[in-house]
Amino acid sequence: MEYVVEMLNIRKEFGNFVANDNITLQLQKGEIHALLGENGAGKSTLMNVLFGLYQPEGGEIRVRGKKVDITNPNVANDLGIGMVHQHFMLVENFSVTENIILGSEPTKLGVTNKKDAADKVQALSEQYGLNVDPYAIIEDISVGMQQRVEILKTLYRGAEILIFDEPTASLTPQEIIELVQIMKRLIAEGKSIILITHKLKEIMDVSDRVTVIRKGQGIGTVVTAETNPNELASLMVGRQVEFKTEKVPASPKDEVLDIRDLVVLDYRGVAKVKNLNLNVRKGEIVGIAGIDGNGQSELIEAITGLRKVKSGTIFINEKDVTGLKPRKVTEAGVGHIPQDRHKHGLVLDFPIGHNIALQTYYTKPISKNGVIDYDKINEKAKQIIADFDVRTQGPHELARSLSGGNQQKAIIGREVDRDPDLLIAALPTRGLDVGAIEFIHSRLIEQRDNGKAVLLISFELDEVMNVSDRIAVIHDGEIVDIVTPETTTEQQLGLLMAGHKLDDNEKGKLKEGEDQHVE
Amino acid sequence: MSNRATNILVPLVSVILGLLVGAIIMLVSGYNPVTGYTALWNGIFGDLYTIGETLRQITPYLLAGLAVAFAFRSGLFNIGVEGQLIVGWFAAAYVGVAVELPKIIHLPLAILAAAAAGALWGFVPGLLKAKFRVHEVIVTIMMNYIALHVTNALIKTVSDGGDRTEKIFTSASLRSEFFQNLTEFSRLHYGILLALIMVGVMWLILEKTTLGYELKAVGFNQNASEYAGMNVNKNIILAMVISGAFAGLAGAMEALGTFEYVSSKGGFTGIGFDGIAVALLGMNTPLGVVFGATLFGSLKYGALNMPNEAGIPLEIVEIVIAVIIFFVASGYIIRLLLLRAANKKKEAK
Repeated sequence: MEYVVEMLNIRKEFGNFVANDNITLQLQKGEIHALLGENGAGKSTLMNVLFGLYQPEGGEIRVRGKKVDITNPNVANDLGIGMVHQHFMLVENFSVTENIILGSEPTKLGVTNKKDAADKVQALSEQYGLNVDPYAIIEDISVGMQQRVEILKTLYRGAEILIFDEPTASLTPQEIIELVQIMKRLIAEGKSIILITHKLKEIMDVSDRVTVIRKGQGIGTVVTAETNPNELASLMVGRQVEFKTEKVPASPKDEVLDIRDLVVLDYRGVAKVKNLNLNVRKGEIVGIAGIDGNGQSELIEAITGLRKVKSGTIFINEKDVTGLKPRKVTEAGVGHIPQDRHKHGLVLDFPIGHNIALQTYYTKPISKNGVIDYDKINEKAKQIIADFDVRTQGPHELARSLSGGNQQKAIIGREVDRDPDLLIAALPTRGLDVGAIEFIHSRLIEQRDNGKAVLLISFELDEVMNVSDRIAVIHDGEIVDIVTPETTTEQQLGLLMAGHKLDDNEKGKLKEGEDQHVE
Repeated sequence: MSNRATNILVPLVSVILGLLVGAIIMLVSGYNPVTGYTALWNGIFGDLYTIGETLRQITPYLLAGLAVAFAFRSGLFNIGVEGQLIVGWFAAAYVGVAVELPKIIHLPLAILAAAAAGALWGFVPGLLKAKFRVHEVIVTIMMNYIALHVTNALIKTVSDGGDRTEKIFTSASLRSEFFQNLTEFSRLHYGILLALIMVGVMWLILEKTTLGYELKAVGFNQNASEYAGMNVNKNIILAMVISGAFAGLAGAMEALGTFEYVSSKGGFTGIGFDGIAVALLGMNTPLGVVFGATLFGSLKYGALNMPNEAGIPLEIVEIVIAVIIFFVASGYIIRLLLLRAANKKKEAK
């Protein structure tokens, strides 16, 4: 078998920490090879070694059978290795072509020759079916399109081996389908792909083989067709994983959150939440299902006091909290796991201990008469780090240097530990691996079982279906229907999310049609 | 190389490199660098008098550095320290000459007046930033010019058309007989103690109070601070007010210690602007500011001796001083070079 890239027994250390220990990955020509592992398992480290950003302490790398020494990314480029980063490296106000040629601008008599470059970009775009306009400005195009620019960038530089780092993390379902097609097209044209991911579904869909790593150790390589998601999950996590979260039926009690005729405007003055009514009771999880941009963010921001309410009222425990400042809402018994953990959830340049105190730093016993006791902060942080299994060197480590899953666990720990009557969880598992998702879901259900109210906002249908006791479907700023997961199919939910109201007749028809579909 | 070794080596190598390049500049301009540096040394440590004067020069740099550093830690760039210092200087001197009171009241009152004036001058850009998102850099630069010309006009008014005020009453003076006797009658005054106390105050605010926690949080991430229920606007204003108060105190050092009067100025004192460099050299920590101010104050004062003793023109002297500071500020480059050299050695083995 011909291998285009072989990474043999790679070892990478950071101080005393071994990030990669004896990992072997062999990429065949023309295959999509998935690299699977939990957050922080060492996937990115391994790829950074291949891309020349890190130098390994042990092992060797062979490209097309020849031993190579990849000392920096330029060497990787010359060897035909290209990386499509998870966080795009694009200049927002440059055009597609300008971004692609950045760093190796073709010149004619000292003047950048953009025309030829644009033609070449156009040709590549057509060859691989990428459908990218070379003259479009980056900030005007969608996230999916920006990712294709990243792909073009590597192709333009003659990459034969493409590394995709968590490529679906920020894409919509439709964009994911398109990306899969693009990847298949790339393979058909003779490229080879390494796909870094922790999403099992993607792996089953597109990859030929899978190499699994766990806590820096190489676990082994399996052929995708000969495995299944359950096996992959247990290889990755090192134990059996429950996909379906176990829970007893809800026993809801008094209303905690009561929203009446709520109208919220966005920054342009356009109504994003329109006469919305919703209530959440003690001991239940209400999931809000909807396509991104249908007013979910505005709704949460209005409840938590981060955004002004145009009209309508919000009650928490029968107290009117409409228009109160965020702190007053928090003190009324609301915990909030924010949608964007880097923007709202964490002060990244603060130690993780400081971050865990973000909602309590001013209260006793941490603060007395304006004097803050950092020993108490760290004590509390250690407890939450232990309770919520946050993998960190300790409360003094900067939040920035934790992996996404552990950052999220710290936020959840902070919010749940205060034991709020209403817990708002917005996209709580975004970008996390199955192990972390399972943990977070069980924590949400635990809150519910302790008689608290939970409001879950998610774009992932299976998450909403799995965790919620009731599902409120939001479309264009309105709750179009409230359904129970037991009596609803994903297809029905999808239709509702698209703004389609189901009458009883249609519901019946759909059930039938859906039955056929399922066999 | 161990971390500690680099931490000591880097500033040392930087200073030596700066001195070397400075020497080359003197050589090329036809002056003897040895006599030049001897004059610089003597100008800083020559005798008890110069040491006293050097310490006196360090004092306002300490406070100006604290002012800039405090704003930086809260995520704000206060270029207005110069203006805040000028109004502080005027306010202290005015209180010093306008009334005569027992020292125990008069001196604190004059110092407080300086802090209040500086705080007011910081409040305006803080308010504009908080309410209207006007960038503080623009406002503080403009506030510097307003400070300069308003104080000049006020000096004219209070001195009946003159260009300097009377000498302040001794009851408002920071001058210290004890220090004067110790340093052969230099102008070293009690202000240095106040400045060092303020170093401690800044450390306490930032590291020990809820306010400091909020200021730093707002400085790093306003969105997360708002999410956590902090009043972001209040914190922005407060940061500028406290920073301005530090700057105002730097002005009080000149009004009540060094000069004991205020005179109208043709241009800026430069201390406020140098405060930016002092803060950055000290990486915006209180202790770092002490080192930065010491370096700046010593070089600035010692350099005055170079034209006298070595006959080097002031222009060349200023270039040499700037080169030395430049190299210290480029410590990062030195660190990189040292690291690379260490790696080469490792590979050669």
